[in-house]
Amino acid sequence: MLTVDALTKTYKTGDKALKSVSFTVPKGQVVGLIGPSGAGKSSLIRCINRLVEPSEGRVLLNDLNITGLPAGELRRARRRIGMIFQEYALVERLTVMENVLSGRLGYVGFWRSFLRQFAGDDVQNAFRLLDRVGLIDHADKRADALSGGQRQRVGIARALAQDPELLLIDEPTASLDPKTSRQIMRLIVEICEERELPAIINIHDVVLAQQFTQRIIGLKAGEIVFDGAPELLDESVLTRIYGEEDWTAMRRAAEEDDHAERDAAERMAGMI
Amino acid sequence: MPVTQTENGPAWHLRTPRARLALWAGWFALVALTVWCWQIMTKDTIWLFVMDAPQQAADIGSRMFPPRLSYIEKLLWPLWDTLNIATLGTMLGVIIATPVAFLAARNTTPSLLVARPIALFIIVASRSINSLIWALLLVSILGPGLLAGIIAIALRSIGFVGKLLYEAIEETDASQTEAIEATGASGGQVLIYGYWPQIAPAFWGISVFRWDINIRESAVLGLVGAGGLGLQLQASLNVLAWPQVTTILLVILATVVFSEWVSAKVRHAII
Repeated sequence: MLTVDALTKTYKTGDKALKSVSFTVPKGQVVGLIGPSGAGKSSLIRCINRLVEPSEGRVLLNDLNITGLPAGELRRARRRIGMIFQEYALVERLTVMENVLSGRLGYVGFWRSFLRQFAGDDVQNAFRLLDRVGLIDHADKRADALSGGQRQRVGIARALAQDPELLLIDEPTASLDPKTSRQIMRLIVEICEERELPAIINIHDVVLAQQFTQRIIGLKAGEIVFDGAPELLDESVLTRIYGEEDWTAMRRAAEEDDHAERDAAERMAGMI
Repeated sequence: MPVTQTENGPAWHLRTPRARLALWAGWFALVALTVWCWQIMTKDTIWLFVMDAPQQAADIGSRMFPPRLSYIEKLLWPLWDTLNIATLGTMLGVIIATPVAFLAARNTTPSLLVARPIALFIIVASRSINSLIWALLLVSILGPGLLAGIIAIALRSIGFVGKLLYEAIEETDASQTEAIEATGASGGQVLIYGYWPQIAPAFWGISVFRWDINIRESAVLGLVGAGGLGLQLQASLNVLAWPQVTTILLVILATVVFSEWVSAKVRHAII
């Protein structure tokens, strides 16, 4: 369980990215975090594992207060929080296997990691994860040899290698095509269900968020302006979050995407 | 405001009229400066000497030819010394330059106010002194010999390698290192998993490039007593043994071509 309590972030420039944000995510719940660019979504997600240092407030993972930890213990806490990134953020010149195993770095000493001497269990687990995300045949390839969707799967496997108690996911589909986006979202949701993992997904695509998450938090200018079930997200709420826009047109475009995807799937099925 | 309004609608020029005038004045000043410098330069030239330069060159050229190839026998050992000075000096320089580069890079330095200025000073100090000068100093401190040459090469290499390497570190992709940090990795692990894979091609490229330069530099270090081919070169010049000088120059040329070939191969292999 994750508790965010009155979290505030003020940057050195004086920009208030977050203004006293509070919410709780129970076990196994997948939360979609939506809001316009600059609303503070990215800051919020990075304040939770303190890649960005919060100015005020608390973050509790189960009963551990992350905001108060000194550097060494913060590293131990970070091991329990998996993170998945927008542009995948794989180490491009390392192999897929090394990237997945880098999820174990917090558990391995410096020299063992330098010499790539990971425990046998870690390696076996990495193979299992690669199999789960469908990349078992690519273990020896360099990360920069994979396609966007495949890279994001490696990113997911790396986060899971940490054996996390929470997933932070930053725009997982921003650089993927609509079909791959859906596949990646489906994979993330399935995995969270299997492992009863709570997850926070930063996401631009409102329709995708509604389709795959169980709860939506709308952020605007650093404040929560909506927190509820995806079904409750109607025109008036979207306008409150994003401002005036023709939402029905956007929905229709998304439906077309869906149709196109189904057509493509049927055509592929017919070919096989 | 390169866009101006005319009767026929807006017109566009790359520069404003004022900028065009300034540019023209700049070029004019440059030409004037060149003419003036030429006058100062030629004022003290003794033209009689310049006139017979072709004869002088032809005279030395005829004495240098044919090269005394039998002399090569005596050059093999100094050549080996020269290669060793260059290789060991480069290795020592790179070993010292790598931590200095991490201290100097804005994104990896432990402190912007203390460590970074010190590292930058080391880099600048090393770069501002030619290896021949370093060798001159070291020969008077350590006495003549290979050791002075190796250390001179190393000291000069620190700045070169350090500067290029810290620029490579600053250009790394922050999201990759952020992702490694997010897994709970320690500072050292972020260095070897996040930064190192990104700078490894630059590291090997820079090292081999510097080794290539150092072969050339170590060939002349002997002029000030730091061992290697330069020592033979000086001895031959002193007794006006021009055919031997030619042989030495040919050996240096062959060595440089060889090192160039090796460094091209290595750089091709890593990128």
